[in-house]
Amino acid sequence: MSTQPAIQPADPTTPSIVEVEGIGMIYPGGTVALEGVDLDFPTGEMTTLLGPSGCGKTTLLKIIAGLLEPTAGQVRINGTPVFGPGPERAFVFQDFALLPWATVLRNVAFGLELQGRDKAEREQIAQASIVKVGLGGFENAYPHELSGGMRQRVGLARALCVDAQVLLMDEPFSAVDEQTRRLFQEELLRLLGNENKTVIFVTHSIEEAVYVSDRIVLLSPRPGRVNRIVTTELERAGRTADEIRRQDAFLDTVEDIWQTLKEYLADERMTE
Amino acid sequence: MTIGGIRIPAAFSLLIWCAIWEVIGRMEAVFIFPPLSSVLVKLVHILTLNQFHEAAMISLFAFSWGMFWAVTVGVGMGFLMGRVESANKLLGMWVNIFASAPLSSLVPVLMLLFGFGQTTIIITVFLFAVWIITLDTYAGIRHVNPSLIEMARTFGASRVQLYTKILFWAALPEILAGIRMGLIRAVKGVVIGQLLISVVALGQMFARYSRSFLLEEFWALTLILFVFALGLSAAIGWVEQKVEYYAGTRN
Repeated sequence: MSTQPAIQPADPTTPSIVEVEGIGMIYPGGTVALEGVDLDFPTGEMTTLLGPSGCGKTTLLKIIAGLLEPTAGQVRINGTPVFGPGPERAFVFQDFALLPWATVLRNVAFGLELQGRDKAEREQIAQASIVKVGLGGFENAYPHELSGGMRQRVGLARALCVDAQVLLMDEPFSAVDEQTRRLFQEELLRLLGNENKTVIFVTHSIEEAVYVSDRIVLLSPRPGRVNRIVTTELERAGRTADEIRRQDAFLDTVEDIWQTLKEYLADERMTE
Repeated sequence: MTIGGIRIPAAFSLLIWCAIWEVIGRMEAVFIFPPLSSVLVKLVHILTLNQFHEAAMISLFAFSWGMFWAVTVGVGMGFLMGRVESANKLLGMWVNIFASAPLSSLVPVLMLLFGFGQTTIIITVFLFAVWIITLDTYAGIRHVNPSLIEMARTFGASRVQLYTKILFWAALPEILAGIRMGLIRAVKGVVIGQLLISVVALGQMFARYSRSFLLEEFWALTLILFVFALGLSAAIGWVEQKVEYYAGTRN
């Protein structure tokens, strides 16, 4: 007699931790946001969902997070279909989603608080996470006392705290100024380098997508479909951010993606 | 306020109004306004009266119970309407009608239903205060940043956690504003209830003073109530400010 465990460990033949199959999303009112989206997200890689506004990239991310229920298809984590949020996924929000009435420490520990961990334990974990994102010394500050960049660090620290395998990031730097944004991108790469997490990252910035990700999924608008998947082959090891941005591979990939996106825009103008 | 480049403290305008009152009173120009000074003398006198102590206790009792139920039901109903669309459709119209209706006209009907005692007065206080608390709580819940709710869901919040750790705190500034406004209406509710129904307690004192043209006493009692209502409202306002301080950055 053999019993099967509820959630299978990651199958070595399918190294994708997140699988999206036949996802369709029709909003009440008839707007088709996504249609027939099939995607695999390989374990330990950083994949970016890129596309113009209205292509359903955030909708897709929220479906993967379990916040939205798709009208067709399914999402599998480690091979098991999921129908809601789960501890193996953590979300970083565009507008940070911090509790304005709570300190940095409590905000960072909030995921653990909801899990019912005791206070001393969760504050110890949160403390380590705060230091990791470079906010040491701000434990007792309130969100309104922090800059946008620092607030997003709090959001990131909170997501790292719960030790999820998959990190879902919804335009995390769009509410942050350009300088902070670049520094933050570098730090994100450094941080994730030690974490072995699978990251799904949504952005509308081509340069950001090419700079941070291993794979870029281009979504075409109305209805959102997977149009192309671009693999970036940047040499990151031992190079500064500026050196990476000056590589031919970087510039060519940015140009290549821009040409594709320009076609969408041209198509849109034709149909208007 | 500045006059001729000199900063005048805010309390100064109150002093001007007091002075105007005093002058008009002394001129005996309008008979319903006795001088402020003699009103204040009567006020101190009333505060020592046994009749006033009893009336104040009875009124405070009705006020407290009426407010207690108004807050409990109002906040509960506001949450329900804010979270459940069908409840909002069902209740919204009625809450808005009652919030703006002249409730004093309902008091005689309440009297028929609940008799001449404290129950009717408590219900009057409740009816005066509950609607604005409901509406403000509802507005507060509707204002909660949807990201906060999504955030709680992604971290696996239970329904109870969502209410106690997110929604309540996020809506707290509006809930407190509603309670503060409800409070002032509740003070009106007590007096109107007592006046219209059985002419008891403070209502009885008001009725007697105005019937016998004891205007100094009448204004003294009014001032006492006024200070009580404003004092309570200021206390809630103080808590509100502390909460706004955190909630002011809601993004």
